[in-house]
Amino acid sequence: MDPIITNGLTKKFGGFIATNAITFEVKKGEIFGFLGANGAGKTTAMRMLCGLLRPSSGTAKVAGYDVYTQSERIKQNIGYMSQKFSLYEDLKVKENIRFYGGIYGLSDKAIKEKTTQLLQKLQMEAEADQLVSSLPLGWKQKLSFSIAILHDPSIVFLDEPTGGVDPVTRRQFWDLIYEAASRGVTVFVTTHYMDEAEYCDRVSIMVDGRIRALDTPRRLREQFDAESMDDVFLKLAREKR
Amino acid sequence: METPIVVQDIHKSFGAVKALHNISFTVNEGELFGLIGPDGAGKSTLFRILTTLLLADKGQASVNGLDVVKDYKAIRRIVGYMPGRFSLYQDLTVEENLHFFATIFNTTVEANYDLIEEIYVQIAPFKKRPAGKLSGGMKQKLALCCALVHKPAVLFLDEPTTGVDPVSRKEFWDMLQRLKQKGIAILVSTPYMDEAMLCDRVALIQNGQLLNIDTPQHIIEQFSKPMWAVRAKNMYRLIQDLRVFPGTDSCYAFGEYLHLTLKNGTAGVDELQAYLTPKHHEEFSMFSIQAGIEDCFMELMNTESLQPA
Repeated sequence: MDPIITNGLTKKFGGFIATNAITFEVKKGEIFGFLGANGAGKTTAMRMLCGLLRPSSGTAKVAGYDVYTQSERIKQNIGYMSQKFSLYEDLKVKENIRFYGGIYGLSDKAIKEKTTQLLQKLQMEAEADQLVSSLPLGWKQKLSFSIAILHDPSIVFLDEPTGGVDPVTRRQFWDLIYEAASRGVTVFVTTHYMDEAEYCDRVSIMVDGRIRALDTPRRLREQFDAESMDDVFLKLAREKR
Repeated sequence: METPIVVQDIHKSFGAVKALHNISFTVNEGELFGLIGPDGAGKSTLFRILTTLLLADKGQASVNGLDVVKDYKAIRRIVGYMPGRFSLYQDLTVEENLHFFATIFNTTVEANYDLIEEIYVQIAPFKKRPAGKLSGGMKQKLALCCALVHKPAVLFLDEPTTGVDPVSRKEFWDMLQRLKQKGIAILVSTPYMDEAMLCDRVALIQNGQLLNIDTPQHIIEQFSKPMWAVRAKNMYRLIQDLRVFPGTDSCYAFGEYLHLTLKNGTAGVDELQAYLTPKHHEEFSMFSIQAGIEDCFMELMNTESLQPA
């Protein structure tokens, strides 16, 4: 079963339709780019998929669980990170790992092992006892991603994970994404960097609450007769006006 | 007319962290000057020093000939400042925010309406809406109107396009170009490298130090190494293969291609082909390209990190 399946998923706030009957599925190990202008309905859709917001109509299953009736199971089986909120700044690197490990119900032994592995992989052993607030943004984001998948979720949701990150670290971050996907983790990611849209296996573009385009970056470029994903995006947005 | 911004040898530390180190540059009359660098580079600290909200540890700076320390009161009257964090009153409406800022500066919205008209008409349909309920792009347009309402001589925009979608970003830069034509000097910061191309001149900043100051065109021309765009069906495998190839100088993902430089430049191509052929990459293609600003930035970042701090 595909890790994300939605059918006619809709959310209304009063008379306003934030997410309008979106239907798509994401495959296991796929890097799925979820794009759209500010206010297109991305965040609303993402909140429904994470079990944080009850849909108005339509169906969706995430990690095999129903978004209406099994939202708690969804939360246990996904990872989530955003640019805005990720780690506790006043806790040490090690303490953040321990905290999130605890939240996701990992055993003390597992947390210990995971901590060693994670710090080694990120080459952050020397920073284990530093406060997160003292780390450069790029490091925080890499750490935050690794913690979001600490409990080996089958899906990880990334909400603008690379905003403001320097160009080299931004690429190192994508290495982590590729690596996770190659291990079978499904990655659902939003970004405003159109070059990053090219790194996704498939990309959907939302306009006014609907999914207006969904395909591989290459086929989208062909379909819209565009030079780059940036062009595809601009064409779709202009069409709307 | 006085030079809009002069920065001389500015230093600022927070404890052990050197936020700004030896920063000097000038923004000329009617110039759109970009401060390009990632979060944590020191951009906001510099903005706060120039807008008289923070004192430098060392060095001097002036805005329109006024000293940022001695003449701080006068500076505050003539600059427009849009901080990185949305700083308008969320519970006041669009209209109320604008009138509030006009009043603070002892003027009226009507007095300088010609300056903001083009931007304001886009948000006017929402003028009764609380600022906190606007979308990201709208908030920015309002913040820009509020920063312009007193007809400033110099405009400081700290990451006005961060987190904003590509379409709204493009519109925002179009507006800046037109403001520039009205003679307002603009210092704008951004973490988006592609926006550097839209500035008259840029300063690239990383870890509190300027890496380069020049026109975007010159910065690109200074990139001396031959560069190639490379792709194959399986990009993840290709990037891994290229990274372990001993002749690789740098290899970074750039959209649908990888950007590659070789230690031996053009002379290294045969060797690379000999290395890649047995790896059987499907749909392999490679062609020569001109480096962009982002390539230059990464190159400068790498050379900088090799030098002792």
